[in-house]
Amino acid sequence: MTTLNAQAAPVVADPRVIDAPARAAVGRRRPGGRLVLHVIVIGLMLVWLVPTVGLLINSFRPASDVAASGWWTSIIPPWDFTFANYEHVLAQNNLGDAFINSLFITIPSTVIPVMVAAFAGYAFAWMDFPYKNAIFVAIVGLLVIPLQSTLIPVLRLLAGAGISGEFLALWLAHTGYGLPFAIYLLRNYMGGLPREVFESASIDGAGPATAFFRLALPMSVPVIASLAIFQFLFVWNDLLVALIYIGPTRSENLPMTVVVANLVSSLGGETHFLTAAAFLTMALPLAVFLALQRYFVRGITGGAVKG
Amino acid sequence: MGQRNRGLRALLALGGTALLVAAACGTTGDGDDKEVTVVGSWGGSEQESFLAMVKPWEEKTGNTVKYTGSRGLGAYLTTAVASGTLPDLAGLPGPGEMIEFAKGGSLKPLDGVLDLDTYKADTVSALVDLGTVDGKVVAVFIKSSVKGFIWYNTAVYDGAAPANWDAVMATDPGSADSLWCVGLESGADSGWPGTDWVEDFVIRESGQEVYDAWVAGTTKWTDPAIKQAFESFGEVLDASFGGATTVNSTNFGAGGNPLFTDPPGCLFHHQASFISDFFKEQGGAADGEFDFFVMPEIDPAYAGALTGGGDLFGLFSDKAAAKDLLKYLVTAEAQQIWANRGGFVSANTKVTTYPDAVGQKSADAITKATVFRFDGGDLMPAAMKAAFFRAMVDFAEDQGSLDSILESLDEVQATAYAPA
Amino acid sequence: MEERLITAAIVLFGVPAVLVGYILLTERLIRALPERRQGRIRPWFWIAPALAFLVVFLIYPTINTLVLSFLDKASTNFVGLENYIWFFGDSGTLEALRNSVLWVIFMTAGVVGLGLLIAILVDRVRYEPLAKTAIFIPLAISFVAAAIIWKFMYEFRPPGVEQTGTVNAVVGLVGLGPLDWIRDRSFLIDNFALIFIGVWMWTGFAMVILSAGLKGISTELLEAARVDGANEWQVFRGIILPLLTPTIFVVGTTIVITALKSFDIVWVLTNGAFGTDVIARKMVFEMFTVQHFGHASAVAIVLLVAIIPFMALNIRRFREQEAIR
Repeated sequence: MTTLNAQAAPVVADPRVIDAPARAAVGRRRPGGRLVLHVIVIGLMLVWLVPTVGLLINSFRPASDVAASGWWTSIIPPWDFTFANYEHVLAQNNLGDAFINSLFITIPSTVIPVMVAAFAGYAFAWMDFPYKNAIFVAIVGLLVIPLQSTLIPVLRLLAGAGISGEFLALWLAHTGYGLPFAIYLLRNYMGGLPREVFESASIDGAGPATAFFRLALPMSVPVIASLAIFQFLFVWNDLLVALIYIGPTRSENLPMTVVVANLVSSLGGETHFLTAAAFLTMALPLAVFLALQRYFVRGITGGAVKG
Repeated sequence: MGQRNRGLRALLALGGTALLVAAACGTTGDGDDKEVTVVGSWGGSEQESFLAMVKPWEEKTGNTVKYTGSRGLGAYLTTAVASGTLPDLAGLPGPGEMIEFAKGGSLKPLDGVLDLDTYKADTVSALVDLGTVDGKVVAVFIKSSVKGFIWYNTAVYDGAAPANWDAVMATDPGSADSLWCVGLESGADSGWPGTDWVEDFVIRESGQEVYDAWVAGTTKWTDPAIKQAFESFGEVLDASFGGATTVNSTNFGAGGNPLFTDPPGCLFHHQASFISDFFKEQGGAADGEFDFFVMPEIDPAYAGALTGGGDLFGLFSDKAAAKDLLKYLVTAEAQQIWANRGGFVSANTKVTTYPDAVGQKSADAITKATVFRFDGGDLMPAAMKAAFFRAMVDFAEDQGSLDSILESLDEVQATAYAPA
Repeated sequence: MEERLITAAIVLFGVPAVLVGYILLTERLIRALPERRQGRIRPWFWIAPALAFLVVFLIYPTINTLVLSFLDKASTNFVGLENYIWFFGDSGTLEALRNSVLWVIFMTAGVVGLGLLIAILVDRVRYEPLAKTAIFIPLAISFVAAAIIWKFMYEFRPPGVEQTGTVNAVVGLVGLGPLDWIRDRSFLIDNFALIFIGVWMWTGFAMVILSAGLKGISTELLEAARVDGANEWQVFRGIILPLLTPTIFVVGTTIVITALKSFDIVWVLTNGAFGTDVIARKMVFEMFTVQHFGHASAVAIVLLVAIIPFMALNIRRFREQEAIR
């Protein structure tokens, strides 16, 4: 019984506290190694950030400057920065509505697949049934289906069911599209959980549902957090599915990605508005990422090994 | 344990009922009859102009226009037609697609919708014909553009329009680095400015009959007339700023920028009427700093030829409000609204006031042209057009491979024009 | 507006409640069955919701695609294997196949390798959230923006003229001439330049998942090893790598499939010209530009068949994993 209770309340602790002994130990042994570590990490960060930073700076420059010279030239005075691009984007009168639409579309499209996948993942990981592996691999194989080839048949189904244009259509569609990866990831992680934990639980009389809700789920918080991050991101940035399944008849339901894409003229001019819009739309997914960071913490399953 | 189960079951019942209620409340019924759904490829300032154009109509009739822009218009309409969920009015990617939609039955004929006599009298005849399939008008031009203008910097070139093409090619670049600057890059559509060049050469070197046969797929690409047009473009490329790699890596919108640098990169830039906005936005030029002359004749037998483009609109539904909107959009009064905002050339000859010299000159060019032809690429089937675009990029990369490029274009032509 | 808020609230709480209720309800029903039967019926209830979604949104369209691959352009006449013959005979296909193989190999190696390296390294620095965010940003920024970013990065101006592209500017600092990165066919530079964009975008993905897996490795285990005198490389090889292998497998398989499906980058930057075409771009081209559904479907099926070897590997792994457990 003690094991069960210990896992029932996962410890979401401050990573610094947990890691301090580990880090201190490494530090004591190799002070020079710390420098190399920092150099590599910061170096990689720079390589990854520079392209985005370049665009960020360009988004504050007038279009003619952007065409004429590289972004680094604008760092030295004379400075010619402008908020015009951002102002233009924010002045779009349907941006606020579109933002709300994006939220309405994205949040359920994240919650539903994660839950459905959690049940399925646990079943594939810890239950036995015929053709289990074959079915699972078939599900994973569905990852390769190009989205484009599902659009027409699914749209026909949705239109036939009378829900094309509604948010519900998107929630269901994104759940379907997100399930293969979600099940893959969750099954893998749950399958790696220590068998002893489940065994001692079943000896104590806990059924599969209890084992799932009180053991598997709490121990899988880091992977559920990763999954939530990615599903949120993909749906938030999605343009094609929303455009096709909502269509012009219910254009008041279209998400922000469509409004942003329309900032550009049909010829592809005015991309400077796109750059400003990109940074505005990026804010929320980043916030979600940072908020879920605290679930990437050591120690949640660490205790489980001790049993 | 039992208590928890009861609590959870209650939650389940509540949740289930709530979902049903939500689903029921969610559906608000079909599109209103007072709403017209419009899909087009316009975004940015074009979208704003279109919305300004429909506003008086909305106020007068009390209807609302719901416009959705999509740059992937072709993809969007394919899916919409295949699944039966169509907008009321839609921009069509081009005459080629228009024919396919009309033959498929989704595009409605406009005889009862427009006052056909007035429409035909007021509109440039070539553009009326382009919207006609099997004798019925199925699509109208809301917006048009003229191609084949040779742009220059007024501070660098004195403005005398050369009498013929040889004279143009013989012009001394003077302080400019090269005679021409060309920009072919355009993402998935890279190469299209090159197709404008080739079309202008074909119609001026070989006349409109060859042009029409070529566009219809009956004249092969390996035909000497077409090959000659490519070679003429090759001469232009040889005299272009930066050479082959620059031509392919320069975005079409920035293609004219070297006109305005100091010292200038080039003397002339060949492009359609809409490029003036790009000069101002990206090239840092102001009104008055640029002007154009129409690309002159090459063979005097085919003088007075002009190519142009435009945005075709078609009707997909029977809604009364949609028909009324379409009727409104082609009137001079509606067209004038967008004309006043600039960056626009109307197909309606009754629109005579343009705020900028460029708009005025472009409209004059259309009315004065003895032969007007629509952009060839847009008239070809989609697969042919895509191959044409790519051919320009490949040609610019390596002019020596012209023969194999033309042969593979012939291969595409053999299957692309087959009826579906 | 209020109506939508209510709907949203209902969905947010209602759907989880319904799902949880469903499981509990089925558990009760199962308990009514004889002991022997319970374990055999139960899994099907648990995977039923997932299967329902998958059938509607993925399996049914796949069967539809398979059928279409044997029909003609407008899907009206049966043409047998003609579409497949077209695909393998088309002049651009060989190059596209070669490039897709390059994408699979190098994008996967890059993403998984770098993702793993970064996950391990940032685990040890205090500014871990900051570092992870930096690597993650390319995923957060929409694909359209990423395309614009790299158009700027790889921009090319003729030699002698001031460079506006970041990469050419940096290369210019060390005295080398500017390259047209995405159009230069020599040494397949353009392909690698495009593949690097894919790596830049997806490394954050691998990093996040591998990092989650890394956190699951008990600190005591690692400490014990270090106390026993193991150096970092031995700790990595002996403890971290074996424990992370299943996760690496999942990430690897996902990225292989992503690389195979990858077409956006090529579509927007070069449209497949200059020797950069890939299989997936051909598929989208056939579907939306040419509108030849037979061709497009055939290419989609080819992609499906191409991943079979990877799926076979996966099956083997699961059997091994379960044998150990």
